[in-house]
Parts: sequence; C-alpha cells; structure tokens
Amino acid sequence: MSDYTVKDKVAVVGIAETTYYKRGGAPISEMQLTLQAIIGAAQDAGIDPRQIDGFASYSNDRNDPPRLAAALGCEDVSFSNMFWGGGGGGGSGAMANACAALVAGYSKYVVVYRGLAQGQFGRFGQGTQAKTVSGAPAYTAPYGLMSPAQSFAMRVQRFMHEHNGGHAAQKAISLTSYAHAQRNARAVMHGSPLSPEAYDGARWIVEPFRLFDCCMENDGAAAVILTTVERARDLRQKPAIVIAASQGSDYRQAAPAHNAPDYATSNFKTVAKRLWGMAGISPKDVDVCQSYENFTGGVMMSLVEHGFCGPDEVDDFMTTENFRFDGGKLPLNTSGGNLAECYMHGLELITEAVRQVRGTSTAQVKNVDISMVCSGPMVQPVSDLILRA
Amino acid sequence: MTSNTATTEKAYLPAGLPLPAPAPDGLDQGFWDAAKQHELVVQRCTKCEAFQFGPEWICHQCHSFELGWHKVSGRGRIYSWERVWHPVHPALKGACPYLVVLVELPDAGNVRMVGNLLGDPMQEVVIGSEVVAEYEDHPEADIALVQWRAV
Repeated sequence: MSDYTVKDKVAVVGIAETTYYKRGGAPISEMQLTLQAIIGAAQDAGIDPRQIDGFASYSNDRNDPPRLAAALGCEDVSFSNMFWGGGGGGGSGAMANACAALVAGYSKYVVVYRGLAQGQFGRFGQGTQAKTVSGAPAYTAPYGLMSPAQSFAMRVQRFMHEHNGGHAAQKAISLTSYAHAQRNARAVMHGSPLSPEAYDGARWIVEPFRLFDCCMENDGAAAVILTTVERARDLRQKPAIVIAASQGSDYRQAAPAHNAPDYATSNFKTVAKRLWGMAGISPKDVDVCQSYENFTGGVMMSLVEHGFCGPDEVDDFMTTENFRFDGGKLPLNTSGGNLAECYMHGLELITEAVRQVRGTSTAQVKNVDISMVCSGPMVQPVSDLILRA
Repeated sequence: MTSNTATTEKAYLPAGLPLPAPAPDGLDQGFWDAAKQHELVVQRCTKCEAFQFGPEWICHQCHSFELGWHKVSGRGRIYSWERVWHPVHPALKGACPYLVVLVELPDAGNVRMVGNLLGDPMQEVVIGSEVVAEYEDHPEADIALVQWRAV
C-alpha cells in the first residue's frame, strides 16, 4: 500500500441525529433538521459549530454548504464537497472525502451531513409524473420500470438465478434489522417487531422483494464531525479512528438501460479490494458491520463481495443467528438501519458504527475493535468505511 | 413495416405512463425512428464493430466518434425479470401485476434491453428462454415501444 493513505490519521469525534420521523412527519423544515443535526454533532464533539470549516455530503443533498455556513456563522469554509451519484452510495464516500480534506490540511473540522425530508420534497419510491421521458429513462420508465425497487429487483433476481438461492438470506437480513430496532428507541420501527410469519405473509412489492425487504422513507437529518487524530485527543469523546475509506465503481457499472457487463453485483468488487488493502485487515477481523439496505438483496450481494461468504453460501451464512449483536458471527445493522431505524440515506449506519466503537450502541457488540460500514449497494459509485477503537 | 415483425394488439400497460421522446440532442433518434418502422437497431461502432446500448456519443471500446445503427433480428434471451405488484405511478393502479424483462440480444454482442413480457402476467418466466420483439405503436406520441413475447 502506498504511503498516501488516510489510514490512522483521522477520527470521528462527534455524531448526532434529529428525531427520526415517518415520511411527512417532520414538524420543522429539512434545513432546520440539518442544522439541528450539525449543531448536535458539534456539541457531542465539544466544539463550537462555528469552528466547522469543511462540509461534505452526497446524493445531491439540497442543504448546501454556503447556506449552512451562513446560518451557523462559520468563521471560514475551506472545503466544500459533494460526492456524486445517487442513493446512499456516497455515505462512506463523503467520509472518505472528509478524511482526504483533513489529511491534505484543507480543513480542521469537517462535517459529513445528510438532511432528508421526503415529506417536503417528494418520495424516492414514486415514478416520474412527466408525460414523456428522454435519454436512459426512455428505455425503462414506459415499461413500468421506474422506482429503485424495480431497478434493483432485476439485479437481485439475476444473482439468485446464478447462485440458486437468496430468499432465506434476504429474510434473515430483514428480521435482523427489525429485531435490533426493538432495542433502539430512536428507531421509527421501535415497538413494531417483525415475525418470520409476517415477513413471509407480506405483500410483494416487486418479485423477489416483499414489503419488508424494502427500506422505509423518512424525514430526519444526521451529522458526523471528523478531525485529525491529534486534535481528537483533546476532544470530549472517545475517537473512532478511520483505518480505511474507499469509493468507486466497477467497469461500466453505469452503462445505460441495465447494460453493466457484470450485472448481478452490488458494485463493491473493486471498492472492497481497495478497502481491505488500505485497512490491512481481512473480513474475519470485522467485529460489527453496518451494510446499507435499500433492499435486502443488495445487502446479500454486498456481504458476498466483501468476502464474508461465497455467493453460493448466502442462505447458509446469512442467518438471524449469525447476524445477532450478542454472539453472532457477523453482527449486522445493529441500530435497525434503513429498514427499521430510519432511512437517513445510510448516515445512520455511520453514526451507529461510531457508537459501536464508543460502546454506546443499544445493541452493543462486546469488545468492538473493528467497525465497518458499506454504503449503497447496486448504485454507482458505492463506498466503504472501516473504523477502529 | 417488415414482414417478420408483429404488432401488439393493444398497449401492455395503461395510458398515462410516460412515453419515450427521442433525446433533444439527437443521440437516440435512430433507435426510435427504427422502432416506429418496426425494426430493432443497436448502436455499433463503424471502426471496431463493438455494439453498445443504450446509445453513447463515443464507442466505449475504441473511442471512435463514428457510430452507426445496426439492424438486428429481434430475437433475444431473457437475462432477468421481475413481476411488479406495487404501483408506483397513478396510471398503474389496477394494472398490477405486470412483467418486466431484461432481454439480451445474442446477435448484438449480448447488449440488453428492458421491455414487458407480453401475455399472462402470471406466466412462468424462465431465465435463458427465447423471446422475440413486438412493436407497440403509440401514434398519438409518434413513437413505438419494443416489447417481447416468449417464443
């Protein structure tokens, strides 16, 4: 590995989120939600929000750094960054970009944030209302292939065909998120447990996804503050140190109209390779993993492509027993994640990964040294993050 | 219309869904013009003969800007599929379930196209099975969709 790496140089020092709401439930504006989260993260870190001098986000967040910095009264903004691409593929990518800014010396305190009020700005899960579509959507939308679930079901179906399995794995992923959310009072689905029978009996959204294979749509915001490990020593919280952050997209994954040459993939093959190379560890070293669930099938492929099990072993390895926070081989999505905590576009997975390092999760894994996040399967690009205690 | 192509009797999905409009920059005019004539064409590099779909401004293989449209047979294989049960558009309420297929074209470098699988929405769909293109005319929009039927 080259010396040019962010490994061991940057730490997460502050995290916060707003109350998480059902879609349309936020009593304040998306911008206020975002500011609340950023101020909360600064308080958690023990810095004045005016000290934030770098901003990084993803998925075309509407709350842009110039407005945020003006509202907060930040003394100076020396880094302002947007990770391109849609969905939650940029959660860890924004973290990676924040790390790069800190190691390069551009900024001292970078906030990674995501504000999202689907009730105020429209839902991801609805098709376009336009009368005509041009370009790539012209090859899909007129055939009723319009939503993220419909786009990704096609990839997952192919994976399940090639590897002759996957239904049990997807069910285990869903049940795990709901089980962990029952311990987490922040979770929108806290108090709404999911039984195996209810999973099986739920309506199809688009085969092979049933209702509980799909993420929620929510209102809320979350924020994470990073600084150098040197500055982190003087701050309030136990630092969560970044040992690897990677981002990218495999060969022609964004080829239009479902023409990615390698199709039955979460798009993590090249990104995972860079991640393990930078971290200098292997999958068996991971104590706890937060893997972005737009849809359970994407988690299934992500875990395979990070080397946790082979593609033909998904139904054997991916069980609720193995995913449990208390004693599972690979504790997974311990806050409830996008399925059952909040669809905070995966930034809630990063705050949870930090909590696992701090020892403050509501589904705390014992003796966590390595805490991992996979952001955004099946989109282009995707990204990864590994933290250590 | 060429003699070896079929036209669907009616639209597979209800009116009100967005219909294609050729891109204003002209990139895919050739594809939609051919579909109206009930022909299936795929973009092909005139230099290295690589196929690509959807259309791009350059050849992804040799970076030539000299691209043309290559007529293909309209026979394909199902590469993946899905049965949609939840309507995400007002026009689709009452139209579920319906089938969407991803079809690869063996005589065009295995490029893939999305369409509906015509016929019974509850039919068994077998990945790898053969399908043939049919054309769904939308004269009101001066466009035709390419659809697929099991052989």
